[in-house]
Amino acid sequence: MTLLVEWIKAALLEVQEYFIMVGKTARAAVTRPFYVRDIVEQFEIIGIGSLTVVLLTGMFTGMVLALQSGFTLDQFGARSMVGRLVSASMVKELGPVLTALMVAGRVGSGIAAELGSMMVTDQIAALRALGTDPIRKLVLPRILAGLVMVPLLTCVSVAVGLVGGWITTETQLKVASGVYWNSVVMGLYMQDVWMGLIKPFFLGFAIVSIGCHVGLRTSGGTQGVGRATTNAVVASSVAVLVVNFLVTKLLIVLMY
Amino acid sequence: MAVQREARSALLDEALGPGGPIVVFDKVSLAFDEKTILNEISFTLKTGHTKIFLGASGAGKSTILRLILGLLKPDAGMIFVNGDRIDDMTEDQMMHVRGDLGMVFQEGALFDSLTVRENVGYKLFEESKVPFADANHRVEEVLGFVGLAEFIDRQPSELSGGQRRRVAIARAMAAKPRILLYDEPTTGLDPITAITIDEEIMKLRDLEGVSSIVVTHQLRDAFYVAEHSAVQDGDRIRFDRATPDKADEAEFIMLRDGRIAFEGNATELREVAARDRYIDAFLS
Repeated sequence: MTLLVEWIKAALLEVQEYFIMVGKTARAAVTRPFYVRDIVEQFEIIGIGSLTVVLLTGMFTGMVLALQSGFTLDQFGARSMVGRLVSASMVKELGPVLTALMVAGRVGSGIAAELGSMMVTDQIAALRALGTDPIRKLVLPRILAGLVMVPLLTCVSVAVGLVGGWITTETQLKVASGVYWNSVVMGLYMQDVWMGLIKPFFLGFAIVSIGCHVGLRTSGGTQGVGRATTNAVVASSVAVLVVNFLVTKLLIVLMY
Repeated sequence: MAVQREARSALLDEALGPGGPIVVFDKVSLAFDEKTILNEISFTLKTGHTKIFLGASGAGKSTILRLILGLLKPDAGMIFVNGDRIDDMTEDQMMHVRGDLGMVFQEGALFDSLTVRENVGYKLFEESKVPFADANHRVEEVLGFVGLAEFIDRQPSELSGGQRRRVAIARAMAAKPRILLYDEPTTGLDPITAITIDEEIMKLRDLEGVSSIVVTHQLRDAFYVAEHSAVQDGDRIRFDRATPDKADEAEFIMLRDGRIAFEGNATELREVAARDRYIDAFLS
């Protein structure tokens, strides 16, 4: 019982610290000073740096989606409708979620490891001693980059996924290009597009803010950094799935 | 928000001039969970003087430095730095106080991703309105002061342990703070390198008038810093045995179980060691 109480207290403390960090970041976003160079640098690291993995993920997801749904649709003689399935799945769910999971693996772990190493080697304390607020210098640039770049990466991933689906449909399923692309457009409604565009903002924020929080709470030397990295990936991946469900539910209520 | 050394009023400047109380601890207590780290600690660091904190690991020596920097807040008691009461200050308010503080962290705590130049000039480049050329000149000047001018464009990972500490000292002194805090500056270094670090501490104290707090358990270095002084001799700097008055400006504080077990100069510490088994064991 005592163990359970201790665990709950520790969990609540983590949640409290997380929201304090988010609050401080929100304040830092609207007050000076801004570290513009760090912001630009993080846009490049999080955005450009994740491009390859997101391109590959999007492409192969679109390809396998077309392949699987093509064979299923064949049972109903509806192979020509494959574009609808690919576009609806990629735009609404797979694009945002898989992109976010890839970014969580690559960026979330990187942020936790970097900030964690800075914590255990006193670099964060040194920053504060030199008069820099670590939230402004380290957290805000990363969160801004997550908010902007994850939606952009999602758009790229979806576009590449649709192209991947087209390649498979054309070469494996022998469906004409015009039929595929017409089906892609027919399968999409504006609400779907909005959903695909809005969700990545929440997912990007969740991934990066969790990475920063876990990194800044690191203790226990190099072993602690390893633990923090693992925790960041696990927590942000689970958060992606939970936030995705909650935001999807909310958007369905609001838009459909 | 940006760190800048603020001009003090004439009255405060006079009060905190040579011999004035630049750092004051008044019955400061701090506990982590159930463990008492500091129990009603009081001391005064006078301007231009040195306090050397000794004590076993976990005795709270480094905690005192973090309290002065505002990285930790005490549970009770008052802390004054440069005439400001800092124990109840917010993080934003502390930024101004930190403008006049320099800290040399254990192991240096240099920023891995920045060059030596960027590390040393960090405060000037990022947190002050000093023109770039002036900041750069100051960086070259302080790196020359610690004898590492030729390492200016290296990465911290390319430096030895001793060089990293000297860069850390250069970084701490770049913005010309009135108070420098050293956390185990010579731990893990060979004796020859440790002496070069001690001499940097003495140079800053005796030639630049910086008030210092040194936390260490390297007794040889502690006594060397306390009983010697840096003297400018033309272009050269000599390190002579300190005069009795000068030696009195360096005081030892030994912490034990969260309390001050001894406070006094080097001679008094040796005398007390003859009577106190704990201090004797620590010194021998």
